[in-house]
Amino acid sequence: MSAAQAASARGRDIIFEYMAGSTWLLREAVPATTEAPRHSALVRITHWLTTLCFFALLLSGIEIVISHPRFYWGETGNVMTPSLFELPIPASRPWVKTGYSFVLPDQNGWSRNLHFEAAWVVILTGLVYVISSVLGRHLRKDLLPGGAGLTWRELSMDIANHLRCERPGEREAWSYNVVQRLAYLSVIFVLFPLAIWTGFAMSPALVSAFPVLATIVGGHQSARTIHFVVSVLLVLFLLVHIVMVCRAGFRNRMRAMITSGALSESEHT
Amino acid sequence: MSNFSRRKLITTGLAASAGASGLAVAVRLADRYGLIPPDYGGIYGPGTTLTYASHRLLTGQSLAREFPANQISRAPFAKLRPFTIEAYDSLRAGGFVDWRVNVDGLVARPSSFSLAELKGFPSRRQITQLACEEGWSFIAEWTGVPLMHILSAAQTLPQARYVVYYSIQRNWRQSIDMADALHPQTLLVYGMNGGELPMGHGAPLRLSLPRQLGYKSVKFINRITVTDSLKQFHKGSYSWYAGI
Repeated sequence: MSAAQAASARGRDIIFEYMAGSTWLLREAVPATTEAPRHSALVRITHWLTTLCFFALLLSGIEIVISHPRFYWGETGNVMTPSLFELPIPASRPWVKTGYSFVLPDQNGWSRNLHFEAAWVVILTGLVYVISSVLGRHLRKDLLPGGAGLTWRELSMDIANHLRCERPGEREAWSYNVVQRLAYLSVIFVLFPLAIWTGFAMSPALVSAFPVLATIVGGHQSARTIHFVVSVLLVLFLLVHIVMVCRAGFRNRMRAMITSGALSESEHT
Repeated sequence: MSNFSRRKLITTGLAASAGASGLAVAVRLADRYGLIPPDYGGIYGPGTTLTYASHRLLTGQSLAREFPANQISRAPFAKLRPFTIEAYDSLRAGGFVDWRVNVDGLVARPSSFSLAELKGFPSRRQITQLACEEGWSFIAEWTGVPLMHILSAAQTLPQARYVVYYSIQRNWRQSIDMADALHPQTLLVYGMNGGELPMGHGAPLRLSLPRQLGYKSVKFINRITVTDSLKQFHKGSYSWYAGI
């Protein structure tokens, strides 16, 4: 048995013992320098590829949206029609009345190219991640709430811990809590797919072949509005995600996601 | 240890050369089947090539959605800054009777058509959406002659791969591949919402290309060139293919 395998086996023992309900055992069992794989290579690589793409999509998305910071519902909408809502920001095109006396520079050329290139990478990355998570153990073991024991008591305890702004404990370093699982599941299986779907729904060519892409979300402009709202929700998730990582121990969690070197008890005490 | 690294070296080398030759074959095949856009190079080349290739494979000759008349936008926005071109103004003053569109390049019969001649071709009416890359859109009824009729009248040569179309406004031209040029919904439009094409929408002649974004639907068209290469025609930072 190699050192890594031994460390991994030890990691599982520790979780098992902790799950059995003994905090004391955990503290006893974890040596100060425990090294055990926390995240698989697949999770780590897809996580950082997605991070990179997300920032590219966010930057280029903001750049694209300022060319028309008005949103509509239904099939059509333009400066001659009433909007559903407007962003209180200046625009990069002179025909959009924004209340500002200046027009921002138009950067849509590279922004659109970057947006679609990053979209390709994030979609392919997401496919690899989702398929291998479903086929492997990642989805069942790490993400589905059953793996952390989805009971009302567990859930309310987790929510209460979050509301009290309690620092995530040792346990969360090894296994996601229920609230965390639900957050990740909704990002992976609701928000990202919705962003991709509504992105496709804005493509006149794809919609010509698959009209349901647009009709099911209420039309071309509805797709654009949903795409924007989902992006805002993803940014909110990102902010909370970063705050939680910082509270849980930034260096430790970053190390776990980069090299997979998991926590050492000493960093917390 | 040396054994291990040698094995690793051999497998890595094999994998790399298999990958490289696989990619080379894929690129040649893709090019033969018209799956490589003219702007395939540069850092954004992979993205734009994947989009173009997948759309060509997935959409085929699919038809853009056509809408019922009650969905026609009451206020179709026309993005146009005023311009003055003497030639345009005098043609407009004459009711565009002297407007001509010239067809040249890889055609057996270089031709020139007046608006009256264009209206003599079989026409098509379609109520489609025009979506701008900025994010806004409107639905209008467009009346015009399918571009394929004009191309067959001029008899495009077999080596034709792209059709370039020019506006009377300087430096405004776009191009499409033959799949889009011969698509039944690709129209040279002279009428809109039951009347003449208004100036703001490109009077007297514009393109309707509902499977791509608005920036491909050039206004004030007066020249069409058939070509086998876009090397001297395509420039600019916007993606050549705008079906997104």
